[in-house]
Amino acid sequence: MAKIRVLVGTRKGAFVLTADGRREHWDVHGPLFGGWEIYHLKGSPSHPDRLYASQGTSWFGQVIQRSDDGGATWEAVGNRFVYDGVAGTHQWYDGTPHPWEFARVWHLEPSATDPDTVYAGVEDAALFRSTDGGQTWHEMPGLRRHESAPSWQPGAGGMCLHTILLDPNDTGRMVVAISSAGSFRTDDAGATWRPINRGLRSEQLPNPTAEVGHCVHRLAMHRSRPDVLFMQKHWDVMRSDDGGESWREVSGDLPSDFGFPIDVHAHEPDTIYVVPIKSDSEHYPPEGKLRVYRSRTGGGEWEALTRGLPQRDCYVNVLRDAMAVDSLDACGVYFGTTGGQVYASRDAGDSWAPIVRDLPPVLSVEVQTLA
Amino acid sequence: MIRVVLPPHLRKLAQVDREVKLDVAGPVTQRAILDALEAAYPMLRGTIRDHVTHRRRPFVRFFACEQDLSHEADDAPLPDAVANGAEPFLVVGAMAGG
Repeated sequence: MAKIRVLVGTRKGAFVLTADGRREHWDVHGPLFGGWEIYHLKGSPSHPDRLYASQGTSWFGQVIQRSDDGGATWEAVGNRFVYDGVAGTHQWYDGTPHPWEFARVWHLEPSATDPDTVYAGVEDAALFRSTDGGQTWHEMPGLRRHESAPSWQPGAGGMCLHTILLDPNDTGRMVVAISSAGSFRTDDAGATWRPINRGLRSEQLPNPTAEVGHCVHRLAMHRSRPDVLFMQKHWDVMRSDDGGESWREVSGDLPSDFGFPIDVHAHEPDTIYVVPIKSDSEHYPPEGKLRVYRSRTGGGEWEALTRGLPQRDCYVNVLRDAMAVDSLDACGVYFGTTGGQVYASRDAGDSWAPIVRDLPPVLSVEVQTLA
Repeated sequence: MIRVVLPPHLRKLAQVDREVKLDVAGPVTQRAILDALEAAYPMLRGTIRDHVTHRRRPFVRFFACEQDLSHEADDAPLPDAVANGAEPFLVVGAMAGG
């Protein structure tokens, strides 16, 4: 029987949650790296017991951990993230130039085929790659050398590169997203990049349709259809059918189109999930009701999924990297909250139950479906 | 033999007990101790001082002999009691919320 492994990063450590394919009874392993912030953990698709974790604190900086046994044991690997060449400047909150400074790794994206190759999205925004299992890291500097980079500005949470999508059909194509510069795409394996933000509209910008400067919160893609991209922007849920060349809004009848995560059903490329949040300052669900919204039409028309989720007095948030799906026949959907709950649905979102309720604030959730 | 006490998070990271013992060649300075520490425990690189500039991380402090040595020059000699192993060199995570 298949096994499910849920990798949870929190403000105070990591947790590994496991269950068999019935997904009824869960074992909770952790906290790992107790007291450290774990921004993200993710497993190699080709060697699922190879896991990478981003560990850090304000005191002792960034550490990268690697496991080769599915999280039972870990080894600290390389943590030297140095920008290529002269780091240069981006724009600070007050409009002045500010030197690029490494703060942390927000997201780790292992290669689909090589367990030793892994990409890291970092703050201040840049893309790094390791080809030796995390021992050494090198910036892919083409992104930060884009002519717009000196104008990029941090969002409230810092200037982070938080999304890395690797095209399954074209090894030269990658899409990344930066808060708050927007989305960028390379078609030549990272040598050159260009913004792909046409169609986005952000009223917070002096030019709402500017080429860069949009606060993209998350991108999602289904492996069978890499030209179709979904986006949860600061405000607005967006869709592109041409690899990001153009975007159209698909917020439709959502109660709020503000939010952080967005994900796609494992087997239905037009079924997508978001968690509406009341506003960009309140950061909790509308009406105190925690609702996942599902669209089976690739956006536009949405249904509230509420069964098993708190429908009163709930004021948690769901962060951008804290939703994932498994690939069992009945697709499982998982998300974690800033209140420390990790919810799972065994029926594609129709009903939900907590796996755990009282973890530290959840920063990230990833799911592995193991044979 | 130089004695170094690490804060709990770094002890766990380095997989060591309370005190680390190091051989330091030449004058015993902060730089010499940290060079020896990072050579013996590579996983500590970048956690106490910056990889490139070697500047102490802001929330890390260095104490010894009931003195705060955090602002001493990297190459300033440390007290004899540290150099001869009578007193440990303490790497301390600054007290702060979180």
